[in-house]
Amino acid sequence: MTYLITQSLNGLFSAALLFLIASGLTLAFGVMKIVNIAHGSFYMLGVYVAYTVIQRTGSLLLGAVVALVVVAAVGFLVQRVFLRRFGADPLPQMMMTMGFALLFRDLTLMIWGGDPFTLPYPGLLRGSMEVGEVVFPSYRLFVIAVAALVGAALWVVNDRTLIGARLRAAVDDPEMASAMGINVARLSGLVFAVGAGLAAFGGVMGGPILGGYAGIDFDLLPLAFVVVIVGGMGSLKGAVVGSIVVGMVDNFGKALVPELSYFTLFAPMILVLALKPTGLYGRA
Amino acid sequence: MTRLRCVVLFVTVLLAAVLLRAQAPDGPIRIGFIVPLSGAFAQNGRDILNGFLLLLDEAGYRAGGRQIQLIVEDDEAIPAVTLTKARKLVEADRVHLMAGTLLASSGYALAPYVEAQQIPMVYPVVSSDDLTQRRRSKWIIRTGWTSSQPNHAFGEYVYRTLGYRTVATIALDYAFGWESVGGFQRTFEAEGGRIVQKMWTPVSAHDFAPYLAQISRDVDAVYSLFLGRTALQFMRQYREYGLKDRVPLIGSGTSTDEHVLPFMGDEAIGVVTALQYSAALDTPENRRFTAAYRKRYNKLASYYAESMYTGGKWVLAAIEALGGRVEDRVKLLEALRSARPTGLPRGPVELDQYGNPIQNIYVRRVERVGGELQNTVIATLPRVSQFWKWNPAEYLRQPLYSRRFVPAS
Repeated sequence: MTYLITQSLNGLFSAALLFLIASGLTLAFGVMKIVNIAHGSFYMLGVYVAYTVIQRTGSLLLGAVVALVVVAAVGFLVQRVFLRRFGADPLPQMMMTMGFALLFRDLTLMIWGGDPFTLPYPGLLRGSMEVGEVVFPSYRLFVIAVAALVGAALWVVNDRTLIGARLRAAVDDPEMASAMGINVARLSGLVFAVGAGLAAFGGVMGGPILGGYAGIDFDLLPLAFVVVIVGGMGSLKGAVVGSIVVGMVDNFGKALVPELSYFTLFAPMILVLALKPTGLYGRA
Repeated sequence: MTRLRCVVLFVTVLLAAVLLRAQAPDGPIRIGFIVPLSGAFAQNGRDILNGFLLLLDEAGYRAGGRQIQLIVEDDEAIPAVTLTKARKLVEADRVHLMAGTLLASSGYALAPYVEAQQIPMVYPVVSSDDLTQRRRSKWIIRTGWTSSQPNHAFGEYVYRTLGYRTVATIALDYAFGWESVGGFQRTFEAEGGRIVQKMWTPVSAHDFAPYLAQISRDVDAVYSLFLGRTALQFMRQYREYGLKDRVPLIGSGTSTDEHVLPFMGDEAIGVVTALQYSAALDTPENRRFTAAYRKRYNKLASYYAESMYTGGKWVLAAIEALGGRVEDRVKLLEALRSARPTGLPRGPVELDQYGNPIQNIYVRRVERVGGELQNTVIATLPRVSQFWKWNPAEYLRQPLYSRRFVPAS
């Protein structure tokens, strides 16, 4: 029982981190129909920017805020200056994001060097919670709570605000939305920026545990893609459910049959694709 | 007049060319050097290169009365690229010898080419056992170590001196992990100890939570093998799950090596590991080396840096012994094999007849001294061979340590 609870909490932590990354990925896909290969780079840039800020100020919170803002700005520029030139042509857009991923990777190596590092824990969350037999790190519980809050906030914006309504309109039918006076291009830039910022924020949240290192950009990206594919591209609800499914399956897979960790991760994806090619909540 | 001048000029140029050509053997000695300088392993490659640059600088880029020219290539840690770059160095740059590579996969990929080209090559870092054992190559000189080498010595030490009787192991799931754990298990169990649990984690793993939740709490110690960012992550998470205060952590030298140690926190304090080097080794030679390295790179010297500094000493000693005449490859190979450079940071080293060092293994404990973490040497196990105390011929009849080597009991 203890084992089951600990491993489930571990799975939820993975899910929380995945959700922060995958929500931006799925939103960008919904509006622009592009697969953003550079999304892992935004995660990576988030950790590195926060690292620099934290080294100067010692504050994880400040690091998170600065990383979110800086990387969102980078994402906005990438979309407005480069990606939108291709209009609605997804293939060159995708190739361009691939180019950006490689560019960011080399830039990071140039600026920060290749040494791995971790971010500090926020003071109060350094220890572990003990409930009966179950020992679980406080910080991981905190990340689960934060991701839940972010999810709730995204849902409110998407479902209850004017900008959310515009966004949903643009996802459903971009041309009709434009005709109704919605500036889809600017909306795309905004969504892309928010997605980049969320990934950066995810990077900072994962920072005390996973840290930053050369190659982290492509370590987490495949998992985020699996989440988006399982959940359905463009669906926020899909990102929530997909994250939990992938987080749990990945965690229990590794714990029970470590030799098959890739199989247990990709098998559900293949199954979903076979039975429902649009993903659990995706629309054709 | 003009025609005469032309002829004179032409003859001069021709003469100069002939003279220069005749001088060619006295031109610089060209050393080809391959490590990853981009991609995920860039920093490890950079450390190796830095060790070499420091040494060459100290030698004024001269040995045996000749200038030394270093030609550096980046293999991106991809074996196919390693091979391409080696071809370029040997066939286009016509280097006299080569040094380098980081990953075992690159080392193995290169071996047949080195053998076919008959070009002497120094491997300072690649530690796969079989490169100097069952699949050894005549043209490869290893100045580093075999993965199991420190662990043979460590297994016995852990039983006899630390007094642990039961150990659980957790290690990266590839040859380096299998060979290290295998070596440790063999001597530890020969003494009477018992490995009660063996876990392998994928090389791509970044969250070790699913494994940490299953590590046995009822063992005397946990042996871990990680490196780079995995070492950093594992160490943090080991404490996160409340294991640090319950079960002592021991392991391979790379888990606390100086390439990651400065980035760790108090969670690393007390961890005991074994390797042929420690930057905290208290000898005049090492103090001088680490001070020079820190002055130049503003960093603690890692074992990667020391490995190439020492490997480079081998190269320079061989060139000196030949008086700079490195054109005869067979003689160069012999000189490399019989070189005995002294004053090495890691202490005395000699090569066995299989081309692998016999050297001290240091048992180190992580401590915080003057605000910095360091691998304090707590025991020196002298003159350890890759075959430990066994007869080489007998040793080689046994299979290579693999994932399937004696399961936990």
